[in-house]
Amino acid sequence: MSKPLIGVILGAILGVIDGLTAWFTPAVRDQLGGIVIGSTLKGIIAGIAIGFFAKKFHSLPIGIVFGLLVGAFLAWLVAFMQGGYYFEIILPGTLVGLIVGFATQKYGNTPAAANS
Amino acid sequence: MKWLSDDKLNYLRTVVTNPDFGSTKYTFIKELGRGGMGTVYLAEDRELNRLVAIKVLNTPDITEDLRNRMVREAQIIARLEHPGIVPVHDVGTLPDGRVFYAMKFVRGSRLDEYAAVNDSIRDRLRKFQAVCDAVAFAHSHGVIHRDLKPQNIMIGSFGEVLVLDWGVAKILRHGDGEMGRHGDYPPVPASPHLRVSFDTNAGTIIGTRDYMSPEQARGEIDQLDERADVYSLGAVLHFLLKDQPKPGRAAEAICLKAKADAKENRYSSASELSADIGRLLDAEPVSAYRENAIEKASRWVSKNRFLVLLVLAYLLMRIFFVFTSRP
Repeated sequence: MSKPLIGVILGAILGVIDGLTAWFTPAVRDQLGGIVIGSTLKGIIAGIAIGFFAKKFHSLPIGIVFGLLVGAFLAWLVAFMQGGYYFEIILPGTLVGLIVGFATQKYGNTPAAANS
Repeated sequence: MKWLSDDKLNYLRTVVTNPDFGSTKYTFIKELGRGGMGTVYLAEDRELNRLVAIKVLNTPDITEDLRNRMVREAQIIARLEHPGIVPVHDVGTLPDGRVFYAMKFVRGSRLDEYAAVNDSIRDRLRKFQAVCDAVAFAHSHGVIHRDLKPQNIMIGSFGEVLVLDWGVAKILRHGDGEMGRHGDYPPVPASPHLRVSFDTNAGTIIGTRDYMSPEQARGEIDQLDERADVYSLGAVLHFLLKDQPKPGRAAEAICLKAKADAKENRYSSASELSADIGRLLDAEPVSAYRENAIEKASRWVSKNRFLVLLVLAYLLMRIFFVFTSRP
């Protein structure tokens, strides 16, 4: 499995879990579908970016930091558009980025170096 | 009449007992080990200014047959050029007619001594895998060792693994490199623990009791193949695992498969055994053991411990937010 694909799958799964937790907040329960779609898309975008980064750069610490930054940035964007819940959105989003960053560095096929 | 002192007597005894390397480029230093037929000495190579181990036949009555056997043994080892097999540097004849060969002098400890001070199962398995690889190399050249045991395996100062004492090795066939003629090279034993005979006719027992395969113990010389060494490797693995409180079912299954009484039930080669040890070290499923779903999951979790911890931390954090954000 390629690194971007691992990123997409993991990002999507965590994004779905992330979105579904909105069910526990009665105030936004009626918008659950939109929230799940939005957080899944966010996870997929983060997964693609982090996966392609892992394909180019093979370093666990750098991959984790990159994932963390991408996750934090996308989560901040969502919180900014919502106009609130910064802590509740940014912290999980950052952790999702960290997990995807770690997983894409550790797992997945690394393309063989081309012969010069 | 003047009596000689004990020191002088001991000196004279040493001069008489020890081989005369005078006509060679080696200087005798001390005896390293004595076996049934051969003795290994530490000597200095004066030309290259390095220490070597020299094996010399003990038997005073040198026949052409004995000489040929010793030379063949040296040739067997010399052609097995592998980092895990002790290299032969030179072969020659002493003034008294005895054949000798000089090998690399390995500094380090025997596998049994190494295991006594190193109880890490992973380290032991890595060393064992290196032994399997060296033996697999010999097998690929058509040579079986027939006396694998911890005492014949050295761990060098830098962790390198060397298989020693090919004195009872047998050539099964021509391997990748040309190895001389077909057939069984009669053994030239060196280890004091050996139970050997010079003739390798059917019925002769060659090897060390605790480490020899059932067919070897029955003296079925013609039946011996690579799987006899696989059995001995299984016995070596058993030795390495026996003091481990929890070696794991997969490791035990590998050991049992390698040590199966019927050779058809063993690993077909040392490289197959090595591959299973590699899978065990990488926390992957091994061919010798069919694990159930719980064991499969637990192996996956143990292999991906950090990822599992991250996901758990994430889920815990989500649960925390669910409860803290409730009105």
